[in-house]
Amino acid sequence: MQRVNALLRPIPTWTVYVAGAAWAVWLFYLGLTGGLGADPVEALEHRYGKIALQLIVLGLAATPLCRFARLNLMKFRRAIGVTAFFFVLAHFLVWALLDVQTLSAVWADIVKRPYVTIGMAGFALLIPLALTSNDWSVRRLGAMAWRKLHWLTYPAAVLGALHYVWLVKGFQIEPLIYLTLILALLATRLPQARKRRRAMA
Amino acid sequence: MAHRWTNDLTPADVTPKEVWLNRRQIVAGLGVGIGAGAIAGPGLAYTPDPSLEPNTFEDITTYNNFYEFGTAKEDPAKNAHLLQTEPWSITVNGMVDNPGEYTVEDLIGGFDIEERIYRFRCVEAWSMVIPWNGVELADVLDRVGVQDGARYVAFETVVQPENMIGVRRRVLDFPYVEGLRLDEARHPLTMMATGIYGEPMPKQNGAPIRLVVPWKYGFKSIKSIVRITLTDEEPPTSWNKANAREYGFYSNVNPNVDHPRWSQATERRIGGGLFQRRQPTLMFNGYDEVASLYEGMDLTEFY
Repeated sequence: MQRVNALLRPIPTWTVYVAGAAWAVWLFYLGLTGGLGADPVEALEHRYGKIALQLIVLGLAATPLCRFARLNLMKFRRAIGVTAFFFVLAHFLVWALLDVQTLSAVWADIVKRPYVTIGMAGFALLIPLALTSNDWSVRRLGAMAWRKLHWLTYPAAVLGALHYVWLVKGFQIEPLIYLTLILALLATRLPQARKRRRAMA
Repeated sequence: MAHRWTNDLTPADVTPKEVWLNRRQIVAGLGVGIGAGAIAGPGLAYTPDPSLEPNTFEDITTYNNFYEFGTAKEDPAKNAHLLQTEPWSITVNGMVDNPGEYTVEDLIGGFDIEERIYRFRCVEAWSMVIPWNGVELADVLDRVGVQDGARYVAFETVVQPENMIGVRRRVLDFPYVEGLRLDEARHPLTMMATGIYGEPMPKQNGAPIRLVVPWKYGFKSIKSIVRITLTDEEPPTSWNKANAREYGFYSNVNPNVDHPRWSQATERRIGGGLFQRRQPTLMFNGYDEVASLYEGMDLTEFY
């Protein structure tokens, strides 16, 4: 693990943003040119959404990986989180502009369809997190308040996974795997949280 | 025998294989005059209707819902080659005069194979236009002899767990089953299809023989049929068993009755790329001639 950490250390964090942007643009290009199959709208919507979930899982895994496996991704955690937000945003835009297409129908879906509602709620929770993912905000809010605000990641991640579980037809394993992973990653934080609470009491 | 229903597109509108292999620009026409379409051909005045341009063979055979072979749209094209279609035996039982084991040939041999260009509307709010080859189900029913008192037809899809990854994963309670009321089954639009674009039915589309009911959501058009049962009770149907709130027995295409999780008012025509506009969904998928089957029924209650 020390060797992996040594390999990761010289990689600048901006590479995560560049790789994320290149990935998103590449998928869009594939959609334009027939590389995503017969229904590029559905394909792009689902690909962006799933990548967002994968990045959220990776971001949530950073702390446990560091604690239990001594794999140090902490330096990349902010970039992973912000990139995840951009994939959620891209997922939302493809859904709203290319799939549903009319504003009234977008609004109707958000209000009427529970799986869209919880997806939107998760997206809304991520907005303040993306806006405060910079050193200036950490200083401005103070470390403790900033940390508390960023605990919103946890409900947002659960909402994102539920959104996926809720949208599929029939009994499908894949969304349940994401939900289980996210719940397990949150569970690794419980002993810490309990300790904190005891310390405060 | 057959030809009771006339295509609103004529055989002349079916794209020859050489052309559809690299086609995109063919505009299909709307035939005019009941009974004249099949013989009249392109000489008759017709209104070009780009919305009825059939999808490409590639779209039709690479974008499928066939959960026995996986839940992603591209899964059936990847996995359905494992389906064993030879030999193929169809059990016909229940309230019929001639029950027994039928081959596809036993069931449809001697009937004219018609080409029919139908709209196909999936419950997921996408649609295609597909040139099917097949026979009317009514002819098949006459051949097996429907007894008095039979009111429904039940169908069952083959189960080959060793060849079907979706069956092993228990995505649904397999075998997949579907059903129609007898009058729906006898409607001249309802067909047993054995091909697409003049090619034998591809496995991912339900080889060797499948149902096609163009005014109902696609999942009613059950694939790879191994059992046909005539009965006097409404038969269970797979999606209704999985989620009765979302999928009813009738499942007629209806823009006014939403799926609980999404709107059915509009649909995305497959094949139009990333910036395709959605189009309004038509009542009964545009097949108004079936409306009389549901006279007096509340289609919100019987969705």
